[in-house]
Amino acid sequence: MGENGVLLLLMIDATVRVATPLVLAALAGLFAERSGVVDIGLEGKMLGASFAAAAVATVTGSPWLGLVAAVLVSMALSMVHAVACVTYNGNQVVSGMALNILMAGLAPTLAFAWFSQGGQTPMLGPGARFAPIVLPFAEALAPVPVLGAIYGRISGHNVLVYIAALSVPLVAFVLYRTRFGLRLRAVGENPQAVDTAGISVAGLRYRALLCNGVLCGLSGAYLSIAHGAGFVRDMTAGKGYLALAALIFGKWRPLPTLLACLLFAFTDALQARLQGAVLPGLGAIPVQAIQALPYVLTVLLLAGFVGKAMAPKAIGIPYVKER
Amino acid sequence: MTARSAPSPSTGEGRGGNNVPPAIELRGIDKRFGPVHANRAISLSVPAGTIHGVVGENGAGKSTLMSILYGYYQADAGEIWIKGRRRDIRSTADAIAAGIGMVHQHFMLVDTFTVLENVVLGVEGGPLLRRGMERARAELERLEREYKLEVDIDAVVGDLAVGLRQRIEILKALYRGAEVLILDEPTGVLTPAEADHLFRILRALKAEGKTAILITHKLREVMAVTDNVTVMRRGQVVATVRTAETSPAALAEHMVGRKVLLSVQRTPAKPGREVLRVEGLQVIDGAGIARVRDVGFAVRAGEIVGVAGVAGNGQSELIEAIAGMRAVAAGRIVLNGQEVATRATHLTPRALRDRKLAHIPEDRQRMGLVVPFAAHDSAILGQQGKPAFNIGPLLNQRGIIDSCQHQMDRYDVRPDDPHLKSANFSGGNQQKIVLAREIETDPDLLLVGQPTRGVDIGAIEFIHRRLIELRDAGKAILLVSVELDEILGLADRILVMNEGRIVGELAAEEADEQKLGLLMAGVARAA
Repeated sequence: MGENGVLLLLMIDATVRVATPLVLAALAGLFAERSGVVDIGLEGKMLGASFAAAAVATVTGSPWLGLVAAVLVSMALSMVHAVACVTYNGNQVVSGMALNILMAGLAPTLAFAWFSQGGQTPMLGPGARFAPIVLPFAEALAPVPVLGAIYGRISGHNVLVYIAALSVPLVAFVLYRTRFGLRLRAVGENPQAVDTAGISVAGLRYRALLCNGVLCGLSGAYLSIAHGAGFVRDMTAGKGYLALAALIFGKWRPLPTLLACLLFAFTDALQARLQGAVLPGLGAIPVQAIQALPYVLTVLLLAGFVGKAMAPKAIGIPYVKER
Repeated sequence: MTARSAPSPSTGEGRGGNNVPPAIELRGIDKRFGPVHANRAISLSVPAGTIHGVVGENGAGKSTLMSILYGYYQADAGEIWIKGRRRDIRSTADAIAAGIGMVHQHFMLVDTFTVLENVVLGVEGGPLLRRGMERARAELERLEREYKLEVDIDAVVGDLAVGLRQRIEILKALYRGAEVLILDEPTGVLTPAEADHLFRILRALKAEGKTAILITHKLREVMAVTDNVTVMRRGQVVATVRTAETSPAALAEHMVGRKVLLSVQRTPAKPGREVLRVEGLQVIDGAGIARVRDVGFAVRAGEIVGVAGVAGNGQSELIEAIAGMRAVAAGRIVLNGQEVATRATHLTPRALRDRKLAHIPEDRQRMGLVVPFAAHDSAILGQQGKPAFNIGPLLNQRGIIDSCQHQMDRYDVRPDDPHLKSANFSGGNQQKIVLAREIETDPDLLLVGQPTRGVDIGAIEFIHRRLIELRDAGKAILLVSVELDEILGLADRILVMNEGRIVGELAAEEADEQKLGLLMAGVARAA
């Protein structure tokens, strides 16, 4: 295998690493937004979850307990959003931004109070993180040409990567093949139709936001106890917004959303690889310009290539019976 | 005439005879929304196997009453009896379980779903869709055959015509096993032919022993299809009568509480000089679709020209183009002998107003008024620059309020309080505020869009009389309306639009509902 082949494999690895939290968060957003609730608070929920995961993993030494804590915290934040937006008909963008601002401040403050390390959690040891899983026969197959290399790439990721991969078909199944999915799609389009069919609009949106909390918790946990080894201030770095952008680019559908996440992750991997590159005729490209690449791409895609964004029709509008 | 304020439960004309309990019986239903007493001690009995009309003006409480029956609101007091048994209806789900189905005025359908998905929503028959959907498909095919409700089960609802969507709503109710079907203003969006089809469906349902409650303000329909009719006024039942024993005039009198002229008396028009001329007009909307195609006509002083058509056939775009609110893609518009719009250039609505054009827009809530404004501010929209309303750079509050007060008195706006928020007037009184404002500018040409949509019978009479007066004063009026009665009652000449084209022109004397209906549906073409 040549140098280019190795480079490609490294790029694929990097793409998968970056894409995992995006996929989980975007699917979380899919539940909320398909039910008609704008979820700009993905960023804050991810941040809260990543802090909870790292804190609990630090204290207990167990990544699984950390994961449970992340999911619970994220679900709790989703419920705050639900109470504000569904029960009290609050503005969904304001509520979501409030969560973002709250967690951006609260997570490092608590970290400082509990661990006294400048707003971070202590570095996690290997036992307190999710380690790569080597799939069966990976080593046996390694010498086999092509197949071995491919299987070798599929093997060796941590458990959350596999969960993210499986969640895409699972979410698609729930959305298109189940009663809950049918009602979820309906309530985001025309909540009155759902209400007059004898189904509780609020009940559906609460359940959608619970699903949202679970997935968002997994995404946050990935950052601090699978990909990273501890919580760092602002460690989501806009991934929540990027996931939301991927969801819109994917037109609120699971598979296209996955592809959008992979595209964003690939450009991120590309920018890491391109730093310091010298282009013929242009000379060295400033690092900042290359780092901006994923964001520029996001803006261009959302502005120009999405076409008619087919947003759920009732998104962002609190459901109030007439009068 | 046999008017009873509280009919006895055994009053039945249905197939069941007198021994069968009524399909629906309401006893003493009372409902308040804050200070508004929407339903006062209402008692109503609907015999099984009949079609029962409920008529009344806007705000009479018909829709509230039916929403209570369908579990959408809960009554403050009163009982609901279904087939002789008292039922507690606390939610829509309870009503569905009790065999009540409702076809809402604004369809409760998910546009992105197929017909099948819409029908099974809420009764999927299990956590996974597949088996329930297969069963639903078979059942739907049976229902479609039985009641002549043909719809393509796999079509996406957003692509279907309004008449078909209504059939889906009926199918939804039947699929849920509805014995009683409530239809709220079902014909508002239908062509006359579609409405006739609907009535055929209702009769077929009746023949199968189902019961239908038809809420409407169109007396013609009540007379055509119902067995009994209940009239409501200000939250109360004022009469329940057998349809065969009443007349439209009698029903209208019950609705309003006084004698009403259903059609305004008028003398033949004496058309004078030409005020408006439209030639080869084409209007293209934001999506690039031609909404008005090669339309030409003229309106002369002292005549009312009516534009009939099913909603959405280009009438709105036509009137907005003449008012200067839409660009003209081809053709020209001439007002008082001067060219005011061509493809290259068109005057602004403001400049057109200066040339004595006035406009009562179709959608008064969005275009006619600023609903959060006080009435006196809504009453000067478009004329805020007039010297009488200004003192230097400031608005002359005193003058504005006095002017509004004056207009309210002359146009019988109730309540006559210029400080009240525009939103707090009823539809008819809002329309009178707009009417007063526009007529008081003393226009040469008045454009009128749907002047009586959502307006009570009493106010309709007033508005119609004003328009006739204006015509007799030698003004030119272009009237767009989807209400055939209105067109037939007011217009001296009638243009019929279908898919953006004028498909026929009729003089008032030669027009009747049937001719217009065929033209509107695009079936016939007049010379």
